[in-house]
Amino acid sequence: MSTSASKARPADELLALIREQAERLGDRSIRLMEVCGTHTMALFRSGIRALLPANVKLLSGPGCPVCVTPMGMVDAAVEVARQPGVAIATFGDMVRVPGSRSSLERAKAEGADVRIVYSPLDALKLAEAEPGRRVVFFAIGFETTSPTVAATVAYARDRGLANLLFIPAHKLIPPAMVALLEAGDVAIDGFLCPGHVSVTTGSAVFEPIAARYRVPCVVAGFEPEDILEGVAMLLGQMVEERTEVEIQYKRWVSPEGNRKARERIDEVFQTADAAWRGLGTIPGSGLELRPELSGLDALAVLGIDVPPELENPGCSCGDVLRGLIEPPQCPLFADACTPATPIGPCMVSTEGSCAAYYKYGER
Amino acid sequence: MGRSASVRNPPVCLSIPARIVAVDGVTATVDVMGNRREADLSLVDEPQIGDYVLLHAGFAIEKMTAEDAAETLQLWEEIARVDFGE
Repeated sequence: MSTSASKARPADELLALIREQAERLGDRSIRLMEVCGTHTMALFRSGIRALLPANVKLLSGPGCPVCVTPMGMVDAAVEVARQPGVAIATFGDMVRVPGSRSSLERAKAEGADVRIVYSPLDALKLAEAEPGRRVVFFAIGFETTSPTVAATVAYARDRGLANLLFIPAHKLIPPAMVALLEAGDVAIDGFLCPGHVSVTTGSAVFEPIAARYRVPCVVAGFEPEDILEGVAMLLGQMVEERTEVEIQYKRWVSPEGNRKARERIDEVFQTADAAWRGLGTIPGSGLELRPELSGLDALAVLGIDVPPELENPGCSCGDVLRGLIEPPQCPLFADACTPATPIGPCMVSTEGSCAAYYKYGER
Repeated sequence: MGRSASVRNPPVCLSIPARIVAVDGVTATVDVMGNRREADLSLVDEPQIGDYVLLHAGFAIEKMTAEDAAETLQLWEEIARVDFGE
């Protein structure tokens, strides 16, 4: 195989470059944040954090779609699951996330029809196969996932499928990055931007953030070398006092992204304010069905209110998601809260920081 | 958890490369590390048999060159081994 321009350089070379750049930045403490669950997993699996110079720290932000889903949405989904004649379908990890009083997993044990699906199309097929049942798809995920749900909504509409409903709980990453910067309680010197979110959005979506907040942004892939190269590119911008958006993950990501996917999103969804676990309500950070499709909104159709949340007072998922603390600083970590008996979503999801810390031994 | 379970139920964010082996309307049969799966092609422009696509939640969300796909596939096999107990 010839050397591809889009392939990252070898790890030892990149680490040497990173050390050199960190030295040139002096004693300054540098905090880089990733906002993607797959980056979180890759960071811990590869042990990259331990290889970086002491003054360069990699933080995990609100990049795990399961983790940022507010508890109230879990509670609402549990209420939906308990309705007679309803089957609720969602992605695997979501089923285990504890709500205020129950979880989808527990509702299932109590007799509710809860299906774990790999694709929103599985929910569509289920609705077509069982016309006498109302199938509700609990739709979580960022810009990587929302086009697939948007296409499924459009299929349901086009086929006149009356028994497939949705709980749209999608989130948009750029407004969350802005919210973190505006809150200002975590110093962020650079963003390692999410590779697969950027497939949809294009890297250009981060331009206003880099320009307005003077923060370097690099869209990175998921191999250890990709992440190291992304870090080196961020430090390179800092050394040269640039604040730009660059793409490390050129294999899949372009500045303009996937226009067709974005058109699909715009066809069925519109942006709305959305609540994030740990970050509160962020303007324009969610997607709701367009008014003409409100008949597919499960919570409206079934008359389900999102009840007040009862958070476990010890759970620090919110602070973990903001990069304010690291999981071992949570009083419940590895004690009351483990992957076998998770209290917060960050310990449930394989993309969550707490699960990654627990699994890879940084306690 | 074995590989088969992890392939059926990957983390929400995870996307994997796959090769289109057959096309029937908007639906393709794709090859993912030797396994055949269905993929919806409606989100990518002009998909052809032989193209590599990024597969996410049952949809092709982007296309790529064969050479780059080979690298990414190697990574994913590694992840599946390390992360899901093989």
